[in-house]
Amino acid sequence: MGYPHKSHGKETVVLSQYFGDPEARSHAGWVKRGGYKALENALSMEPAEIIDVVKASGLRGRGGAGFPAGLKWSFMPKEKKKPHYLCCNADESEPGTFKDREIMRWTPHALIEGCAIAQYAIQAEITYIYIRGEFTEPLRIMQAAIDEAYDQGVLGPNAMGSGKRLDMYIHRGAGAYICGEETALMNSIEGRRGNPRIRPPFPAASGVFGNPTTINNVETLTAVSHILNRGAGWYKDLSLSNPKSTGTKLLSVCGHVQKPGNYEVTMGFPLGELLHDLAGGMRPGRMLKACAPGGSSVPLLNKEETEECLLDYEGCVEKGTMLGSGGVIVYDDSADMVYQAMRLAKFYAHESCAQCTQCREGTAWTVRILERILAGEGTVKDLDLLLDLSREMTGRTICVLSDSCAAVVVSSIEKFHDEFEAYINGKKAPAIAKV
Amino acid sequence: MADQALVTLTIDGVEVSVPKGTSILEAAKRAGVVIPHYCYHPGLPVAGVCRMCLVEVEKAPKLQIACATPVAEDQVVHVFSEEALKARKGVLEFLLINHPLDCPICDQAGECELQDYVFQEGQARTRYGEFAKRFNPVEDFGEDVLYVPNRCILCTRCVRFMDHLADDAVLNVSERGDRAFIGVHPDRKLDHSWAGNVVDLCPVGSLISKDFLHRARAWEIDKAASICTGCSQGCNINIDTRTDIVVRVRPRANLEVNRFFICDHGRRHYRWMNRGDRIEAPLLPTDGGLAATDWDHALHEAARVVRGSGGRAVVLVSPNTSNEALYLAKRLLEGFDTQSAFRVERTENETPLPGVENLALRTERAANVAGALALGYAEEFEAAVATLADASLVLVVDEPLDGVALSALEHTNVIYLGTALPESARGAKVVLPIANVAEGDGSFVNRDRRIQRYAQAKTSPGMARPAWWVLGELLRELDRGEPLFSAGEAFDLLASAEAVFSGMSYENLGATGRVMVEAGEVGAKA
Amino acid sequence: MQHTTEYTPVFTGEHRKRLDEILQRYPTKRAALLPAIWIVQETNGWVSDEAMAEVAEVLALTPAYVKGVVTFYTMYHQHPVGKTFVQICTTTPCNLCGAEDVVAAFLQHAGCEELGATSPDGKFTVIEVECLGACGFATPVMMNDDFIEDVTAEKVPDLVKQYS
Repeated sequence: MGYPHKSHGKETVVLSQYFGDPEARSHAGWVKRGGYKALENALSMEPAEIIDVVKASGLRGRGGAGFPAGLKWSFMPKEKKKPHYLCCNADESEPGTFKDREIMRWTPHALIEGCAIAQYAIQAEITYIYIRGEFTEPLRIMQAAIDEAYDQGVLGPNAMGSGKRLDMYIHRGAGAYICGEETALMNSIEGRRGNPRIRPPFPAASGVFGNPTTINNVETLTAVSHILNRGAGWYKDLSLSNPKSTGTKLLSVCGHVQKPGNYEVTMGFPLGELLHDLAGGMRPGRMLKACAPGGSSVPLLNKEETEECLLDYEGCVEKGTMLGSGGVIVYDDSADMVYQAMRLAKFYAHESCAQCTQCREGTAWTVRILERILAGEGTVKDLDLLLDLSREMTGRTICVLSDSCAAVVVSSIEKFHDEFEAYINGKKAPAIAKV
Repeated sequence: MADQALVTLTIDGVEVSVPKGTSILEAAKRAGVVIPHYCYHPGLPVAGVCRMCLVEVEKAPKLQIACATPVAEDQVVHVFSEEALKARKGVLEFLLINHPLDCPICDQAGECELQDYVFQEGQARTRYGEFAKRFNPVEDFGEDVLYVPNRCILCTRCVRFMDHLADDAVLNVSERGDRAFIGVHPDRKLDHSWAGNVVDLCPVGSLISKDFLHRARAWEIDKAASICTGCSQGCNINIDTRTDIVVRVRPRANLEVNRFFICDHGRRHYRWMNRGDRIEAPLLPTDGGLAATDWDHALHEAARVVRGSGGRAVVLVSPNTSNEALYLAKRLLEGFDTQSAFRVERTENETPLPGVENLALRTERAANVAGALALGYAEEFEAAVATLADASLVLVVDEPLDGVALSALEHTNVIYLGTALPESARGAKVVLPIANVAEGDGSFVNRDRRIQRYAQAKTSPGMARPAWWVLGELLRELDRGEPLFSAGEAFDLLASAEAVFSGMSYENLGATGRVMVEAGEVGAKA
Repeated sequence: MQHTTEYTPVFTGEHRKRLDEILQRYPTKRAALLPAIWIVQETNGWVSDEAMAEVAEVLALTPAYVKGVVTFYTMYHQHPVGKTFVQICTTTPCNLCGAEDVVAAFLQHAGCEELGATSPDGKFTVIEVECLGACGFATPVMMNDDFIEDVTAEKVPDLVKQYS
């Protein structure tokens, strides 16, 4: 539901049903709302059966990459030779995204249940829930819920009376965007700098502590209990456009809309409708200018593309962008796209882990050029330079942080060229002092 | 090795077969192509961060880093495709935006991989423009290492060396993004006994040696392959000289002995090679003490002394004497009842490099103990010294004679071969000047019985000659041998005579040496 | 910036017990590094070089290694900060919604000369941070561990008063 707003009729409320309902936070409250049935059921199934159900549901990773969840689980070794781990990615660091925060704040047991099912399915002894350091409230709530889950026998040596051991710990981050990248997150759990790792080896072969590991986003894991309760078929049928994109998606709408919030819609829902109907449209007297539908790291859409875009993995790709994490950032006609490009580039420069040359140097250089343009000292050559640097920052590095920076810069220049030109040819007054 | 599966691939049109699991970068070396790289080093774990070794692999969706991409059957790699070249040009431009380009005052200039690759494939000018470059002050990391952060390209070779090989994470990457630098904690200096390797590993002039600071430009340096005499490990080194002065010792790769590293003790162990108080001419006694003469006179006199002696002889040698000289000294004293001895400095503890198996600064602080033992010399120095008075002939080869009162011997003939003249050798009948290890060719046997060659790095002072030459000439003078023109000839003579060296030749020792047969195996082999 | 007084070890008594419990969760000691640094910061307010050395000691790491990790994560303070540490999100979505006005208001009302500087009364240190993950509640502000949503420039004077 459109938390913090009332549910909208066009939403398909599954994960967000109890957002804003403090009673759903407790174990008792969660059980009363049908919680932990899926886990109980799962613990009586064979792990492979659970993986088959998840595969059949078509559930794909909600963290950004959209990789099929069941397939990912099936990569874990069948024959256990080393400890297995599940990591829950609750780093939610992608600007524009704030859905996992609400899942954890309002329905912590939903996440615990999803984690426990996945943990059992991949035969992991431990789940680490990696929560970003800034999420003080979700951290408190999740810790209380895990403590309660242990007290109630949901977790521990005899989980739900099944005789199986399930342990779950929270690992608190400490301020690093890149720790949302799965291998950086694993390094961070291991007590290292949050540097992404080169792949292969992939996590299923060598993840956290060098052992087979599966890592899933909060939203992905939370969806699993619903799939077990209501069936893979039900989930698979939740699809408005492309059958490869199934289920519901929480979309965090923010920026220049009247009612920013989390809206849960069926995959394939039109982006335009989301903005205008659900999120209350633009502020009075303002017009839509641009939108990033998948968090800050995806290419921007202009007004027309935004109106036409369908919100599923394929629909976004068709418009030259990505569904990403589902952080929908909306820019109205008051937004200075050059300034915002600079702000985002600054974000990436700040968050670059410093490993790869193109990213470490390229993000910072990009900021300087954008600042030069904003100071009224840019030239047309600067735009070519930005595009060329962006090319060198795309597909060249260990992770996609520099690709993200490049995507923002390239889409801003391509789609809002006139705004850049206005600074360059002096038609617009400098926005910042000379650097 | 033979049963290891081979993978065949094509790199820039050259077909190569390499063991499965080899990286494209290493496979390319075999195809004769060095793929530019910074963070990769064969002695360190792969980091894959500099992104310099990007190459095009057919059928891969994007460029791949050659250092971390394993070879695959029928893979086709293009190192110099347009896309790969553009990517590497890009990396070079990014690396240079904050680089000070202070090559004229940088010790690394001339042997800098940043210079090399920019020259090879970089673009002529930067597009960075007027932006200020990142600046951080030079930091003293302690011991011998200075850090110049402005030149740093964050390849992390030094951090990985300290972490994974020295097992002592004294260095870190601090901060993030373009603010990052190599850091230390104020409590701890870079004082690990193997820390000096970070200077060699640094591909640019960011980590530099205080000892070598501003002492030579790379292009003025001559290099000679040598063996460290700091201990019995036998680490392979290069002796770097400038105008015949040794200015630096650096490791030379030998995967069987020291891989790519040497310890700081060995690295510092070179100043004596430049000693000025050397014997520069053969010396013969006169009424006013020793006086210089020429080789003909000296050898003639030495031969006369040998002929005039008989019965018991004692030979005292330095354990840093070459196999060749040890063998010829032995031959020289054939027919005598000879006691052959050496002494060696020993310390309490070994100082290993934990990340490399069987590599340490050994307690035995000499290069050729194993060679001396194999050639019949015994570590019975005191016992030999105790019998000096009974000997008719004493031959000394570069033994400093500390605590040995040779001058007190009235009826003993002493022939002294040495680099410097100790007080107690002043009573010698003949003093013959020899070259030190940097000044001649020869071979040593390390503690693992590996025979390794060393080459001349500088000229010897005055008339000093390698000990093998001196002894060879003396044998010739005695009509007991043909003249020897090289250490190789001397070695081959030795190999033909000494069972444990059988099958060896100076040539087939190669650059990395060969392991001597065990004494017990000699019979079986013959 | 260094302590002039003697450093008091953190990992004794209750803190040591807490760390021992944390160590049970991981197969390596190193993995307890982030939690251990959090304990130091909760106790001392910041993470000094001495504290890094102590953490290194208890986790069998080197001080330099710990420093490398501390300097990677921006929430660890490498210097002492004001009584209330104010983090204001200024990344794109919040930026669009006026986050920079919130920053200006905080600097003015808290009496901080510039970003990162502590107010003369020692009460506030104000910094801009990248995305706090509450973009729908622009502008989110963290005042120490309190996460405050929907902050506008107008609300700043009251917040400053409340935390003074």
